[in-house]
Amino acid sequence: MKKIAVSVTVNGRQREALIAPRMLLSDFVRQELELPGTHVGCEHGVCGSCNVIVDGKAVRSCLMFAVQAEGSQITTVEGFSADGELHPIQTAFWEEHGLQCGFCTPGMLASAKELLDANPDPTDDEIREAISGNLCRCTGYEFIINAIRSAAKTLRDTENKKTLQPA
Amino acid sequence: MSDTGIGARMLRKEDHRFITGKGRYTDDINLPGQAVGYFLRSPHAHAEIKKIDIKKAEKAPGVLCVLTGDDAAADNIGGVICGWMIHSKDGSPMKAGPHPVLAQGKVRHVGDQVAVVVAHTMAQAKAAAEMINVSYNVLDANVDPVASQKRGAPQVHDVASRNTVFEWELGDKAATDAAFSSAAHITTLDLVNNRLAPNAMEPRAAIGSYDAGEDHYTLYTTSQNPHVARLVISAFVGLAPEHKLRVIAPDVGGGFGSKIFIYAEEVVCLWASKRAGGVPVKWVADRSEAFLTDANGRDHVTTAELATDSNGKITGLRAKTIANMGAYLSTFASSVPTYLYATLLSGQYNIPNIYAEVDAVYTNTSPVDAYRGAGRPEATYVVERLMETAARELGMDPAEFRARNFVNSFPHQTPVIMCYDAGDYGASQKKAMEMIDYAGFEKRKAASARKGKLRGIGFSNYIEACGIAPSAAVGSLGAGVGLWESAEVRVNPVGTVEILTGSHSHGQGHETTFAQLVSDRLGIPADQVAIVHGDTDKVQFGMGTYGSRSGAVGMTAISKALDKIEAKAKKVAAHVMEASESDVEFKDGTFSVKGTDKAMAFGEVALSAYVAHKFPTSEIEPGLKEGAFHDPTNFTFPAGCHICELEVDADTGVTEIVDWVAVDDFGNVINPMIVEGQVHGGIAQGVGQALTEAVVYDEGGQLLTGSYMDYCMPRADNLPSFKLGFTTTECPSNPLGIKGCGEAGAIAAPAAVMNALTSALGVKDVAMPATPQNVWNAMAHLREAAE
Repeated sequence: MKKIAVSVTVNGRQREALIAPRMLLSDFVRQELELPGTHVGCEHGVCGSCNVIVDGKAVRSCLMFAVQAEGSQITTVEGFSADGELHPIQTAFWEEHGLQCGFCTPGMLASAKELLDANPDPTDDEIREAISGNLCRCTGYEFIINAIRSAAKTLRDTENKKTLQPA
Repeated sequence: MSDTGIGARMLRKEDHRFITGKGRYTDDINLPGQAVGYFLRSPHAHAEIKKIDIKKAEKAPGVLCVLTGDDAAADNIGGVICGWMIHSKDGSPMKAGPHPVLAQGKVRHVGDQVAVVVAHTMAQAKAAAEMINVSYNVLDANVDPVASQKRGAPQVHDVASRNTVFEWELGDKAATDAAFSSAAHITTLDLVNNRLAPNAMEPRAAIGSYDAGEDHYTLYTTSQNPHVARLVISAFVGLAPEHKLRVIAPDVGGGFGSKIFIYAEEVVCLWASKRAGGVPVKWVADRSEAFLTDANGRDHVTTAELATDSNGKITGLRAKTIANMGAYLSTFASSVPTYLYATLLSGQYNIPNIYAEVDAVYTNTSPVDAYRGAGRPEATYVVERLMETAARELGMDPAEFRARNFVNSFPHQTPVIMCYDAGDYGASQKKAMEMIDYAGFEKRKAASARKGKLRGIGFSNYIEACGIAPSAAVGSLGAGVGLWESAEVRVNPVGTVEILTGSHSHGQGHETTFAQLVSDRLGIPADQVAIVHGDTDKVQFGMGTYGSRSGAVGMTAISKALDKIEAKAKKVAAHVMEASESDVEFKDGTFSVKGTDKAMAFGEVALSAYVAHKFPTSEIEPGLKEGAFHDPTNFTFPAGCHICELEVDADTGVTEIVDWVAVDDFGNVINPMIVEGQVHGGIAQGVGQALTEAVVYDEGGQLLTGSYMDYCMPRADNLPSFKLGFTTTECPSNPLGIKGCGEAGAIAAPAAVMNALTSALGVKDVAMPATPQNVWNAMAHLREAAE
């Protein structure tokens, strides 16, 4: 089969590969880029476990061909923390017990980030709506919602501190 | 209480790897030279295999080997087994049909594995599988468990006449019949406990690897109990002796029972690796395969009756259940509708006479085995639906009717084997009623009615038998194994500790809770404790995690090993401090000599034990490492009261849960945060059963719910926020006083929802799952009344 060159920026790093055009983005991330933090839960585009952030949007990586991501900025769970510091959403999931088996967590983090980037102060109903595309079989969602609410506050507080700095 | 001891709300030690994408699940592991296994599965529910032609597939690009049931037979690869013997009323043993790892002669459900293709890539394997030509003689399918026992129903296994695996009974029939003859009132319910797909988010997966140089096998697999997998694959499948087989269950993404069982794919990956010349063979289920082949849960059809006297006291309970086993008896399938079900039919109540009959039947559907709660949700559903219905029929408040019949003194021997050791059912019900403002319900119902909504409230006062289980007891009931647990405590020379446990964590947070126990006992920070599990080469034989047993049984084994550590460390400390052993005290991590200022920290004693300069090694061996096996003396009996309040939209049949209170008695709690998470998750699964989930086959045995688009898992916007409360009676049968919490929510929830829903609609029953369609149909009487 003819292979196609693809070039993407993943977690801030330029990555290039020669791949089959039918390769899914999820397989590309897991196998070609060796970033197995992205999990495949259904490959039907329903469970959200494989969500990654492509150009600012949380997308199902099992519903996208890798070649469609050409030129995109992609963030996977491995790219959430910077300089060894956990992202506030990661910290909140830890502190609020927003995970049990951990399998759906990377996709949840991606959906949470997409929500909080767009809406820094969501209501609980808005949080439920935002993660209703992600299945979790362990938690009953309650502590995930607490985690996202808590992360939102941390992010807002950080933002406030920044704006209040003297010029 | 220290920050990391028993009772602390300590954050989980394992989380860092999961939130940073560094967890390592089976599919994340890739061995050098690894090939993939792809299973060709039956498209038919029931068919004879006339011929399998693999010639073309074998020659396809990238193919290493193609194997069928004939190859398995030729290589003496045995089938997978059911490890629990049940005897019928007439004393005859259950009729277990063969369960070959690849079909031999016949396929018995859609998805039954017919052949495996091993190739370098998945694309090659799938392409080659399409070249396999299987000639089937398609047979009529037997799908309905009730019809399966009728004459003329298609036979799934020759050995099981009328598709009947066993006809089992428990209790005193004559006494129970007599109680019903003299009853003032009899309540009768016909109940279907819907079939569920467990749906751990991580699909099952396996990597088999054969090392020809050592004649040794390694299996990486998604297992809740890797030692049991090794035992079955060695002793029953006969693939390799135990010392030639290592089973590793790394991070496992949820189990809920479905990963207890030993599945054909695990055996085939190991065997195929040898047949492919030692190339590791990896198989990962896609979600469609999971729906077709993971063992399902529940699937009971029951007629149940409750007899009461003129004072509202229960005098008897009778139940007749048909339990669908699917096409094969899975590993523990036979125990679920028998000893895990009928033994809990006394609920929280004084019921002097109970009689249960259970017929287990084969159908052309995927196997059914333990799923979160396993038998106990089915029992709770029968008991709690009967209680609520009887209260309504007797014109009594359902809480009052329950309270009148609660077991109040302990120990309490039920007529169905179990001896309840501790509990306070009135306390949890009272607390739950306060938390939900039971007294204010009528007002809220009236407010809902003004909005055009029907409001209902329902109780579920569940009890479960956990901490599974005393070996002698389960042995006498048919178990092929003992259900003890093992632990080893290795203290390193610097005083850090490794705990090797036969329990397995797949979301439960053992790396945290077990470390809290050690921190509490040894007075060292929890971050100086490592928990090792899931590898048969590292950990001595253990029984694994299911039946809410890892706290009550697994942690007790650790506790016993810690007793031995403390005793030996005391000996060492006494010598080093030149004191009498009886004068050495151990508290908060320090050994001290009574009445002196002599003291040694735990780490110093550990170092002394390994350096061995200051004590006679002829009397005390160097080192600090101890092991223990713990066999429980009784089941544990978590119990509680869940109350669900919901609203139904009369125009659409949409049900919305508006309030949920759960008051549970789990005995002592190690980590409240983790316990709350377990309760939440359990309730969510129970609400799923009640409102959204069902595995559905058509008449021909084709699975209609083969994806998440057809099988409706609860999502965040389907569920309410949960209010949790706790009451505590310590469990007397283990030194930690803990009972177990993993299954409670799933056991309690369905009856609470359906009691609330039937109260809202004013009907006797609605079929689960109570989808808007089912609910709308159940409201026909209201629409007629309105016209």
